[in-house]
Amino acid sequence: MTATATRVDNGVNVEALLGARQALTDTPEAARFKWRASCQWVRGTHSQSSVQGFFGLGSEQSHRTEFSFEADHPEVFASEDKGATPVEYVLVGLASCLTAGIAAVAQHRQIQLRSVKATVEAGMDLQGILGIDSDVRNGFDGIKVVFDIDADASKEDIAALVAQSQKRSAVFDIVTNPTNVTVEIR
Amino acid sequence: MTLAGTTDVVVIGAGHSGLAMSRYLSAAAIDHVVLERGEIANAWRRERWDSLRLLTPNWQTRLPGHAYSGPQPDGFMTMSDVIGFIDGYAKVVSAPVRTFTTVTSVSPLDGGYEVITDRRVWRARAVVIASGASSTPAVPALSSALPASVRSLTPREYRNPRQLDDRTVLVVGASASGVQLADEIQRSGRRVMLAVGEHIRMPRTYRGRDIQWWLDATGVLDERFDAVDDIVRARRVPSPQLIGTPERSTLDLNALTARGVELVGRLAGIAGGKAQFSGSLRNHCAMADLKLNRLLDRIDDWIEANGGSSEVDASERFAPTVTPQNPRLLMDLEAHRIGTVLWATGFRPDYRWLRTPVFDRKGNLRHEGGVVDAPGLYALGLNFMRRRKSSFIHGTEDDVRELGAHLVAYLRRVPLGELPPTATATASGGTPHRHVDSINLKSHFH
Repeated sequence: MTATATRVDNGVNVEALLGARQALTDTPEAARFKWRASCQWVRGTHSQSSVQGFFGLGSEQSHRTEFSFEADHPEVFASEDKGATPVEYVLVGLASCLTAGIAAVAQHRQIQLRSVKATVEAGMDLQGILGIDSDVRNGFDGIKVVFDIDADASKEDIAALVAQSQKRSAVFDIVTNPTNVTVEIR
Repeated sequence: MTLAGTTDVVVIGAGHSGLAMSRYLSAAAIDHVVLERGEIANAWRRERWDSLRLLTPNWQTRLPGHAYSGPQPDGFMTMSDVIGFIDGYAKVVSAPVRTFTTVTSVSPLDGGYEVITDRRVWRARAVVIASGASSTPAVPALSSALPASVRSLTPREYRNPRQLDDRTVLVVGASASGVQLADEIQRSGRRVMLAVGEHIRMPRTYRGRDIQWWLDATGVLDERFDAVDDIVRARRVPSPQLIGTPERSTLDLNALTARGVELVGRLAGIAGGKAQFSGSLRNHCAMADLKLNRLLDRIDDWIEANGGSSEVDASERFAPTVTPQNPRLLMDLEAHRIGTVLWATGFRPDYRWLRTPVFDRKGNLRHEGGVVDAPGLYALGLNFMRRRKSSFIHGTEDDVRELGAHLVAYLRRVPLGELPPTATATASGGTPHRHVDSINLKSHFH
């Protein structure tokens, strides 16, 4: 069993994660992060966003490079469709967060993954954002994530992986629980 | 002003733990006193709802030298049975209990402790905190946003449904308390909503025996604090969804749904007169179902390994928890006639009187299996303190035996008046402590 166990490699450095967990337990102030993004309007519903710097472990940090994202609306909304819609970025965030969680938890539980694919679908009634019906909310009326997972594990162990990834997911928490949002003008 | 009393050990609390420790100390001829703010078994008398019964069957409800001997070993004690059981124990033990004596302060003094009460002051070389894990209801901060029209109630104040008006009751938390109260209130004819976060699902009986019998036999209840992956987390696990009834019935979320209780997600916020529920209900139920099946697998494996398959009922798996198609996320409390929010959100111990720096940054007592991070200070009866069963009545015996041995050894090697070395002194190269006595402590103690 040990020989098999040591070969499990999902590309996740669990020792580093566990080390970080211990370090941040001892120094809770270092655990306080700030995530940032900036968004520049281009034209119409098209905007360009970028992320690079963030704050954590007590000091300014930076991604290896700046990442940028085009956002727009599709042509059926009379837009030019220069990028994904903002709500699709939310789905991307949720799916990639859960998927990363699955890899990390699988590594920790010594489960070798061969493939993980998430398919996400979210319903939305446009009568909300268009102000047609005040009883309809702007956001999603539900999100459904379906995982196809091929791994060296039982069905129950895979279900437990998926459940644990939801439990520890930041984006899952963000979309399932309310967050205070402050918007100011400078 | 009376003179301070002097003794070797002050035990705080005359519940089952304090009395069991008193018995141990008496047997070791250690001078001690048990201080009790009210009567013996006070919390059982005054801080429990009327219909409550123990979660453990009578055969399991035992204390060192004292066990149930009645005609219903598979039954569950009512509160008056429990009070009688503990009262009887106090008499058997002849514990030196000072009732109606409230401890107001415990602080280090001359290598021991000064214990101030509303009656007199005690000086002791050691103190055992046996005041219970469930002194104060842990009500979340968001409760302060409840509108004035809604009554806020905790299980400590709740007695029976007659206390409530006829409006809907929102029970927050799906531990043993939460499911029991949701069930009782729904049966009283009131509408009940149950906010469900992380929970532990368990059938009352499995393969013909009480689930506690299996937890005991398979060693789950004996799992030790120093052998689990994450003890901080293990200590926070809510009590399993169990109820003790003469019918030995299971009370899970499916049973509550069948009776008309509406399940909603964890209460995530209250703003503008509206309650917000988390969208995580499905996952919380899925996790509890998975965890239950792992437990049943472990029991089945144990039965197989012990060759007992023919002696017990067949293996079975229970239907997955059914959640509403679209669980409610937002609810206007007034529009939905919510009259009461009942906070079944757990309890925490009350240590306001403990004036010594033994708390972590979250206010939890710093201890290793009940050996508190201060010389001569011990705790009893906390959640998963030394073993998973530590907070149960039957969990007392093993804990008292081990902590009692530690305490007696401590007293024998620290003469009165000598300041015991602190952890920091030892770490910084101070004189290492020597055992004067040859009492052999188990290797897991330090």
